[in-house]
Amino acid sequence: MDSSRRRVLQLLGLSSLALTATPVLNAFAKEAGHTEEPEPIIKPDKKALTAKQWAMVIDTRRFKSAADVEPLAAVCDTIHNVPHLQNKRHEIKWIWETHYHNAFPGEAGRFLSEEVEQRPFIVLCNHCENPPCVRACPTKATFKRESDGIVLMDFHRCIGCRFCMAACPFGARSFNYRDPRPFIKKINSQYPTRMKGVVEKCNFCAERLAVGQMPACVEASGGKLTFGDLYDPQSEVRELIRANYTIRRKQVLGTEPSVYYIV
Amino acid sequence: MLELAIKGGKKYYGWMTFLLVIVGVGFLFYLRQLDFGLGITGLSRDTSWGFYIANFTFLVGVAAGGVMVVLPYYLHDYKAFGRVTILGEFLAIASVLMCVTFILVDLGQPTRILNVFIYFSPRSVLFWDTIVLNGYLFLNIIIGWNVLEAERNQVHYQAWLKPLIYISIPWAVSIHTVTAFLYCGLPGRGFWMTAILAPRFLSSAFAAGPALLILCCLIIRRVSNFDPGREQIQSLAKIVAYAICINVFFFLCEVFVTFYSNIPEHMDHIKYLFIGLQGHAAYVPWMWTSMGLMLIGIILTVNPITRKNEGVLAVACVLIFLGTWIDKGLGMIAGGFTPSPLHEVNEYIPSLPEILIALGVWAMGFLVLTALFKMAVGVKEELHD
Repeated sequence: MDSSRRRVLQLLGLSSLALTATPVLNAFAKEAGHTEEPEPIIKPDKKALTAKQWAMVIDTRRFKSAADVEPLAAVCDTIHNVPHLQNKRHEIKWIWETHYHNAFPGEAGRFLSEEVEQRPFIVLCNHCENPPCVRACPTKATFKRESDGIVLMDFHRCIGCRFCMAACPFGARSFNYRDPRPFIKKINSQYPTRMKGVVEKCNFCAERLAVGQMPACVEASGGKLTFGDLYDPQSEVRELIRANYTIRRKQVLGTEPSVYYIV
Repeated sequence: MLELAIKGGKKYYGWMTFLLVIVGVGFLFYLRQLDFGLGITGLSRDTSWGFYIANFTFLVGVAAGGVMVVLPYYLHDYKAFGRVTILGEFLAIASVLMCVTFILVDLGQPTRILNVFIYFSPRSVLFWDTIVLNGYLFLNIIIGWNVLEAERNQVHYQAWLKPLIYISIPWAVSIHTVTAFLYCGLPGRGFWMTAILAPRFLSSAFAAGPALLILCCLIIRRVSNFDPGREQIQSLAKIVAYAICINVFFFLCEVFVTFYSNIPEHMDHIKYLFIGLQGHAAYVPWMWTSMGLMLIGIILTVNPITRKNEGVLAVACVLIFLGTWIDKGLGMIAGGFTPSPLHEVNEYIPSLPEILIALGVWAMGFLVLTALFKMAVGVKEELHD
């Protein structure tokens, strides 16, 4: 009796050890060049837009009222199946408007020009060059794509721990506190819907760039937003950054946001 | 030895049934949460961690507090604690179990938990927290069980346990340090961004853990034939006294740095908690209560006259446990998230289902704790009678 119980416990212990050992063994096996799995090759679209680090320049001077922002957010929500939840706590936001003192807390001067104070400021994921959310994720469900610097989410790997939300200093991330599907007006079958319990955020329209289209908000902005490669000195964004005084959100934190604001 | 945990009187079974009922209620609400999602809690886009993670943080402290009986006994050969080390180890087991459960109930997709191991990410502090917590759990199970069994058989415990025991001491410190690193390494969260967070966590841990242990000792003396001992309780009380003083001292250091430097990003969180911000002040009475409780706790445990009176000491321990729980279990997390990164105040109030699920986890932990203590006390009774 006693020995059989001991045996069972031993087996349990060993099997739990084996479970944790698999990734380690796999790594060793790969190093030796034995079970090298063929890497999946995704053939890029010929029209695909590429960059070393995608960046956005927002010309805030050209935004006068909420009506200037609405179409941008609307097109984003539509193509990305972003739900509209009534409960403010459960809100999902990819791109939205806020005040200057909310977008740039701690930097808003006193006695600010009334025009700037009234101006709508667009905020979205900054696709930081040094993203704290990526550092925080315990499963690499959120990652910085090496090819073009976009910070992406794998909705199917995310365990919903929300560490990335605590890590993001820009409040750019939303969590699906409930099944979002009933709250999507019209489902776009070209982009996945999400399930409850995972985090999501702006993806710089990676799916559009892959087929040669500019991000939807940029396209809808009529030139108010500009998108391009930060490391191409000839790019349009670099032109704008060179020619205008730009600021970035919470630059002091060293995350190197890729969204620039002309004020 | 497990048989000792299932043989008990009416009171024992009554208590266990009571706990089981609470576990059951919590579990039913957890099923509801699984079905609906975390939306049944008070969590929001701004405050994405709340009651579960706060209780997790507090209980990591209680678990680490167990080391306060292990360390003096094994490192300083303080013989008196030999009677109670097993209680410290078993308290650690039950606490870590609660911690792990709190993490599980907090996950949006709990079925994917193994992704943490499959896609292991050493750059994430959460990954390391998983490692140190599970490691501490196994260390205490192995050490506690084998030492108790050896004691029962009246032999010296196995020699190979010794290194594990020594490892378990810094390991206890590591669990709370890594847990603090979850918070204090995040840019843009001024409330947590302080190098003193881990020391603060440890000091409140070494107050709350031993305080709970003293209460357990007093209860054990009352309900069993085993007396953990007056000297043991008094020594623990001194540990509590020092730890709670250091905890309040650390907090005051924090207050000085924050308010003398006058940096709004850091001040706003403490203001929110203690005087309210932008008209929101739900936590204000709680935080002042916490301060009051800890202060009374200091007076009662530092003063030898009150400390030596076990009745008063019991009250002091309850006050300190509650005070540190409010500080860490309520204020620490909500305060860090409010105001939000966009400097908005959206208050977080835990919902009823959320509180009931948390109560269920606590009841589960106390169920395990009672069973483990029953076993330990059973062995002690056999020996000391």
